[in-house]
Amino acid sequence: MIHQYKLNGYNIVLDVYSGSINLVDDVAYDIIQLFCGKEKGGVCLNEGYPSETEKKEIIRLILDKYKDNKNESLGEVNEKEITLCMEDIAGLRDGKKLFSEDIFRPGAGELKNRHSDIKALCLHVAHTCNLNCSYCFAAQGNFHGERALMSAEVAKRALDFLVENSGNRVNLEVDFFGGEPLMNWDVVKATVAYGRELEKHHNKRFRFTLTTNGVGINQEVIDFANKEMHNVVLSLDGRPWVHDTFRRTINEEGSYHTVVPKFKELVEARGNKGYYMRGTFTGNNLDFTEDVKHMADLGFDQLSMEPVVCSPDEPYALKDEDLPTLFRQYEILAEEMLKRRKEGRPFEFYHYIIDLVNGPCIYKRISGCGSGTEYFAVTPWGELYPCHQFVGDEEYKMGDIWTGVTNLEASESFKACNVYSRKECDDCWARLYCSGGCAANGYHTSGSIEGVYEYGCKLFRKRMECAIMLEIATGEEISDNAN
Amino acid sequence: MKRIKTIETRNLEKSLANGGCGECQTSCVANQPC
Repeated sequence: MIHQYKLNGYNIVLDVYSGSINLVDDVAYDIIQLFCGKEKGGVCLNEGYPSETEKKEIIRLILDKYKDNKNESLGEVNEKEITLCMEDIAGLRDGKKLFSEDIFRPGAGELKNRHSDIKALCLHVAHTCNLNCSYCFAAQGNFHGERALMSAEVAKRALDFLVENSGNRVNLEVDFFGGEPLMNWDVVKATVAYGRELEKHHNKRFRFTLTTNGVGINQEVIDFANKEMHNVVLSLDGRPWVHDTFRRTINEEGSYHTVVPKFKELVEARGNKGYYMRGTFTGNNLDFTEDVKHMADLGFDQLSMEPVVCSPDEPYALKDEDLPTLFRQYEILAEEMLKRRKEGRPFEFYHYIIDLVNGPCIYKRISGCGSGTEYFAVTPWGELYPCHQFVGDEEYKMGDIWTGVTNLEASESFKACNVYSRKECDDCWARLYCSGGCAANGYHTSGSIEGVYEYGCKLFRKRMECAIMLEIATGEEISDNAN
Repeated sequence: MKRIKTIETRNLEKSLANGGCGECQTSCVANQPC
């Protein structure tokens, strides 16, 4: 399977199963398309393998299309050139870089379940919050249950549970989440200290992360977070009016002017350590690129902006008719990043960070995020859920940190869940980039963890097209500068 | 005339042999480095 697209002046051809990416001119782009089956605009009965008759048809069609060609960069477009290009394409095909076969499907389940270790926990240290954000999936922090704070004993036991169940893995991750984790700050500090003690006795390295709305940030939090937290995720939606529409205090006041100075102070003191300004966009700000730019103009350079996932009945829900606008926004964002990079004031956008050479292996691409298998959320009472978005759904309570995973039915369903278990993904070119998407979004949309959230799929595919284009554009810039 | 430029990428078939260690960060995938 291949995927072809044109974006920002680049003609890009992806080979789905090899991971190969080719940058081509217009002539090669058209010939590759003609190598496809008729359903994709091609002429071949056997995709990628034109017969002699089909080759003649390709030559005829290309000669006809370019008979009045005035574009000198394409060179001569004659029978010899077309034949040479077809030979190049056949060479890539035979080298398994175009039209490559899917060799991964038969062993997909085995690839995912090669390890049964747990490597990450999302610690819900506070099921309460000092903001009252109306779009919050966690129902203002209490996850549709009672308000609670995790005790230090539960948090420490969670770390023991993680060490005991992590096998030979060295890197372990613990995210302090909520609700608002700064409302249980002493437990956060005690948990980190306990983790550092565990590191001395086990061959483990804890990477602690903190997700916060920023209201409770003070100098002590800044000093501690910048010393101990591998990453901090800071919730900011962008422009003041956008942020304050949803992110309001209990007294119904906007929080932008409270949190932005605190975020600036934390990030300025953070040096080169990781952080993300993490926003949510809704139907109210379809021009979300303006919010990303606003955050960049505030001096933040590690940015993430996510589409709201909510009931379609909500007045701020994203709608099908918004998709063309959102697609264009993602393109504008990529163009803006290239522009600012040239101006010497770059910023990163989480979903556009992609390492083509050192990216994820096939095991990771098939397995997905690991929810319910290698990643669990822990409630203030020590209960285990597949991830933070399942917390409060009794059907998916997996067990607890004292007895481990006891809901074997749910456990087996997550083990069986991979990119090949979702039939909707069968024809999707992006399947090995998204790994089948988010199980929670699929569940909340379709009622099954093996369902898909189709709206999210459409946005994801657009983001990947932009991310790959950006990576290619960056490589081309480096190449141009070297010459 | 050279009309196709292949961009260097990780070979997914080869990663069957050199992948799967599980030391990478939990994504919550394409954006995660190995």
